Amino acid sequence: MIPCNGWKRWLFALVVLHGIIGCAGFFAPYDPSEQDRERPYLPPMKIHMVDKEGRFHFRPFFYSLHLRVGSFDQFREGTEQAIPFRFLVTGAPYRLFGIVPSRLHLFGAQASRIYLFGSDAYGRDQLSRILYGGQISLLAGLLGAGLTLFFGVLIGAIAGFYGGWRDGLLMRVAELFVALPWLYLLFALRAFLPLSVSPLQAFFLIVVVVGSVSWARPARLVRGVVLSARERDYARAARGFGATDGYLLRRHILPETSSVILTQAAILVPQFVLAEMTLSFLGLGVPDPVPSWGSLLSSLQQYSVLVSYWWMYLPALAIVPFFLGYLGLASALQQGAGTGEIEERV
Amino acid sequence: MRYFLLRLTHAVFLLIGVSILTFLFSTLAPGNYFDEMRLNPQISAEMVAALRAQYQIDRPLPERYGRWVNSFLHGEMGFSFAYNSPVAPLLWVRARNTLLLTMTATLIAWALAFPLGIWSAATVGRLPDRSIFGATAILLVIPDLVLALGLLIMAVRSGWFPTGGMVSVAYESLSTLQKFRDVAWHMGLPVLVLVLSALPILVRHVRAAVAEVLDAPFLRAAASHGIRRRTLLYQYALRAAANPLISLFGFSVGSLLSGSLLVEVVMGWPGLGPLLLEAILARDVYVVIGGVLCSTVFLVVGNFIADLLVYWADPRIRTGAVAR
Repeated sequence: MIPCNGWKRWLFALVVLHGIIGCAGFFAPYDPSEQDRERPYLPPMKIHMVDKEGRFHFRPFFYSLHLRVGSFDQFREGTEQAIPFRFLVTGAPYRLFGIVPSRLHLFGAQASRIYLFGSDAYGRDQLSRILYGGQISLLAGLLGAGLTLFFGVLIGAIAGFYGGWRDGLLMRVAELFVALPWLYLLFALRAFLPLSVSPLQAFFLIVVVVGSVSWARPARLVRGVVLSARERDYARAARGFGATDGYLLRRHILPETSSVILTQAAILVPQFVLAEMTLSFLGLGVPDPVPSWGSLLSSLQQYSVLVSYWWMYLPALAIVPFFLGYLGLASALQQGAGTGEIEERV
Repeated sequence: MRYFLLRLTHAVFLLIGVSILTFLFSTLAPGNYFDEMRLNPQISAEMVAALRAQYQIDRPLPERYGRWVNSFLHGEMGFSFAYNSPVAPLLWVRARNTLLLTMTATLIAWALAFPLGIWSAATVGRLPDRSIFGATAILLVIPDLVLALGLLIMAVRSGWFPTGGMVSVAYESLSTLQKFRDVAWHMGLPVLVLVLSALPILVRHVRAAVAEVLDAPFLRAAASHGIRRRTLLYQYALRAAANPLISLFGFSVGSLLSGSLLVEVVMGWPGLGPLLLEAILARDVYVVIGGVLCSTVFLVVGNFIADLLVYWADPRIRTGAVAR
């Protein structure tokens, strides 16, 4: 990617990004399901420093939005009252990382609700929904990648270590999985699982579906490394001293595969986050009341929303910095491993 | 000749494998098309039972698979419950549209990737190379869903492109030339998305492959013989760098198919994507199987073409050892 030899910098950027999403409760001003039926499809509010009379305010402020008379989607700023922007306010209760109860939010306002990224059809705050939605999408990506790598390493290690008919069979099946265009495969697998499920079930369904579709590529790579590591002198020596298969794998062979696994993880996570987005966008994933980046975007399938409410597109942009981070990390890792190019995403 | 037969049997086995795999998945399905009917008070329980018997969904898996293979050989590929017709004609129309989209996108993407990649390789480290690198980096971090939705919003707001469908309302009344232009105009946006999402990877691979060859002694020799730089780059270097690029072509077909599935749904292009999505939501099992198989056929054909091209471009394969 961008010339940068330190994968640590990319990792740091990613940790920060994930941290923001992880502490969504703190950074989001409101609860993601809190509705305000009075204010559907409110455009993003502007933050001002200078008011209408030209006076400078040290504390940033905003104006509440009101419908223009005789219009149903044009808003004007109610400039008579400047609502100050407050930091570190108490608001809706949430649990940090799902454990620590708290009411502290990074910012908020007292007199009126603030919609920095606009609001959706039910007047829910888009910014809060993007932040909370990221938790679902990223967790699905991370768990899916973990599952895929687990299958990949397991199958790759068995195929490479034991060889023979097991190797032949597993690699033929892997070829099948690689042969299919992966989105079609994802669809096929999703097609044959229950359609109407609770959000939690849907979430785990997605993780399992996504995680079990693309094990073939990491399995093939791991197999290659295991095949060569098995014949190294130290591995043969250990075997000669009577090491068991389990010990040999754990101690001498699997550590060799770590760089392949790390690189694959950096490639797979964003791909799986995108897969979750795609499935939820198409209505095959996490259903609506629970926000995820994909289900937030699915309202764009209505033509009226697409035409009039551009801020409903903002969840799509949320994934871009994550893509950048993971791609940077992947290519930095690959450069470290001496392979250079970014691998083809099939 | 043996090389092709080997490739062909490989492809056939692959297709058989994929069909078995999708059938196995389909047995995991809880519920089927007729479950919805049971909830409908207009349809009696006997009716549903009769339909189930007629379509033989309650038979064991091997028997259903056998019947499906039989209908496949008769050119039907099973029966769609929702459309009440054989699957093959349904698929055929949609597959043609998908093919039109992906093939156009593939051609344009490669036609752009070659000059850009070669230019980049010829100016390694200098301004053109750096700017191409930057541009591909930007494209690389924008996923196709984001790109498709973003361009769609832009198109809606600017009105430059039609948004949705493949033809205008008045399509039937147009002359042949106008029909062609109409379809081309509707194709613009989906093809643009597909090309932009495929381009960065292709450009980078072309650059890497050509840059590697440019150091070779035979090229330096050719250059010192005074052969024009253009000829050098586009004929000598490209020929030598062709091999990995041709196998990339096979891969690129696969990723374009996946991308096209999504783009079709987003942009309302009447291809395999919307059909497959509807079939999934309606539990129309054979349409799903047919659609997945269809995509595999495209991919296998794409790889087969790539094999043919390698055979044509690389004399080492023609003369003997079949590299697997």
